[in-house]
Amino acid sequence: MYNVSFPRMGDYDVPAKFLLTHVLNVNVISPPKITERTVELGTKYSPEFICTPFKYTLGTMIECLNKGAEILIQQGGGCRYGYYSELQEKILKDLNYEFKMVNLVTEGKLRIKRINRCFKKINPKYSKIKAIYYTFITIKMIKYMDKIDEYIRENIGFEIKQGSFENIKEEMLIKFGKVRSYHELKVLYRNYLNRIRKVKIYKPDDRLKVGIIGELYTVMEPYSNYFLEKELAKNGIEIKRFTNVDYLFFKKGKRMRKYLKKNKYVKYSMGADAADNVANTEYLCTHGYDGIIHIKSSFCTPEIGAMSLINKVADKYGKPVLFFTFDTQSSTAGIKTRLEAFYDMLEMRRKI
Amino acid sequence: MDKVGIARGLFYYYYGDIWKKFFDELNVEYEISPRTNRQIMDMGLKKANDEMCLSLKTYLGHICYLKDRCTYLLVPRICNYNSSNQTCTNFWAIYDIVNNLFDKKVLTYNIDLDKKETLKKGLFRIGTTLGKSKLDIKKAYIKAMKHYYDNRKKLIDDNYKRLNSKKIKILIVSHPYNTYDDMIGGNIVKYLKSNDIEVIFSDRFDTFKNSGVKLSKDLYFKYSKESLGGIVKSYDKIDGIIFVSSFPCAPDSLVNELVIRKIKKPCINIIIDESEAFTALETRLESFIDMIRRNAYV
Repeated sequence: MYNVSFPRMGDYDVPAKFLLTHVLNVNVISPPKITERTVELGTKYSPEFICTPFKYTLGTMIECLNKGAEILIQQGGGCRYGYYSELQEKILKDLNYEFKMVNLVTEGKLRIKRINRCFKKINPKYSKIKAIYYTFITIKMIKYMDKIDEYIRENIGFEIKQGSFENIKEEMLIKFGKVRSYHELKVLYRNYLNRIRKVKIYKPDDRLKVGIIGELYTVMEPYSNYFLEKELAKNGIEIKRFTNVDYLFFKKGKRMRKYLKKNKYVKYSMGADAADNVANTEYLCTHGYDGIIHIKSSFCTPEIGAMSLINKVADKYGKPVLFFTFDTQSSTAGIKTRLEAFYDMLEMRRKI
Repeated sequence: MDKVGIARGLFYYYYGDIWKKFFDELNVEYEISPRTNRQIMDMGLKKANDEMCLSLKTYLGHICYLKDRCTYLLVPRICNYNSSNQTCTNFWAIYDIVNNLFDKKVLTYNIDLDKKETLKKGLFRIGTTLGKSKLDIKKAYIKAMKHYYDNRKKLIDDNYKRLNSKKIKILIVSHPYNTYDDMIGGNIVKYLKSNDIEVIFSDRFDTFKNSGVKLSKDLYFKYSKESLGGIVKSYDKIDGIIFVSSFPCAPDSLVNELVIRKIKKPCINIIIDESEAFTALETRLESFIDMIRRNAYV
């Protein structure tokens, strides 16, 4: 039995671990939470002007290897994310680690054939029927997690007892990791949804509403945006966010095809989530949100292209946009100041 | 009369020959922006987003220069030549960026072989927008392609010839829009030539599909793939390699790092930003050349 590990993004290590243990029959080492140490390790061995997710994932990989992982799994995306794994493998091999690297997605496309080949490398005798069944459960699990997340995101700023949402969510994630069948998962989901709806909140009518858009890794991994959502919630702001795994896999494609046909700003896909973010900006502007926060990691090429378009769209509807570029420095004071100023500005606009 | 503006940046260095011949044959007037100078670059810097790559900034500068001088701007969008030959995402977005930043009619075509959009289709569409008959366009297209391949062959032969010279040979690995641009790679080439060194260009090799596969197995960026092919083809004959990239270039940041870790020839990685001072670069190049010369004697 191999020790398998993978880089972390948000809370999605729970479904990933669930899928890998059941399908491949391997021992999964869950990736540790990202800390300052992780970022330091990653930055030390990364090339100079690489985008920040590279550094985070490399740091996590080193920590996983130190814990005894023998196989590392890397995913890919629609930009240069798909090419990370080859360089990361070389860097880690130069550091004298011994392991196998498996890259599930390259060229920005999810191909079942390739995933099959990769899985066979790890466990030649894995059962395909089992794989289909557990993939189905994993997809459902991700959907449920995202739904609950969405509810929490909208309400966490207004909870009366601090931390009540987070406690329930943490408990839920542990329970989800131990699920055995689809039925069990469904019962658990309903249970927790009820509990989460019963949490007491106080929502004033004149609350500020802000949409968060941006590059997918930075949006979904809370450490890499310095817990921006928490910071906003503390100020009592309702948050809307589109990007989550469920959206990226199942909803984005259809929505984008529709949007590209009828809008005035974008004609072609601009790589990764760029065109999608322009669409989101237009949605947020027309649906009564007070402001937009765009976050990305430094040197994210597709988003840089999209920024000028987002500016144009927001200008047309007269909505303010705050651009954040996150790199690996650890001080949060600057971010807090800018957020406070943005928040004050939104309130002033309201009064006028 | 309609006038088409062609910006001397990014795509021009790949497809310029085709465009020029194509418009010549169709009797369409066109204007090509001058070689990059400080003025053009400054216009680009003002218009562009801070974090865009230097090549894209200069490209926008060229567009700024052209926007009042012609009726159409020619800005293609190049996405992929099948899914394992993709381009940088800036190339995907450039049409939309120009279209939104500038209030100007844009002639465009889209190369996206995954969705069956080819150069031929694109040029036909451009021809019809300019009001030419299909027969004329077809003739012009055939002539343009022939002209392009002939030119390309000459360049490649020339490159191979230089590879056999007895001087010290240095390979420049970069994208053509960096190598041949005066403000980006031009100074480096000039400096090397003035020091009696044979300069070989990585983009002028007949590298088809998979010659770069020795260096990188999973690479899916078309233009980087071709550069790596150039390295593989000339590896035994060259004395040193210079990697030139414009400041935050997305594919280069990964590919160059990987290649530098894999090759065993002397190499130097030069990253160029918008500052004009050449002195620091000169020092680095000088010491690099000295090192290679010493290697050759020993």
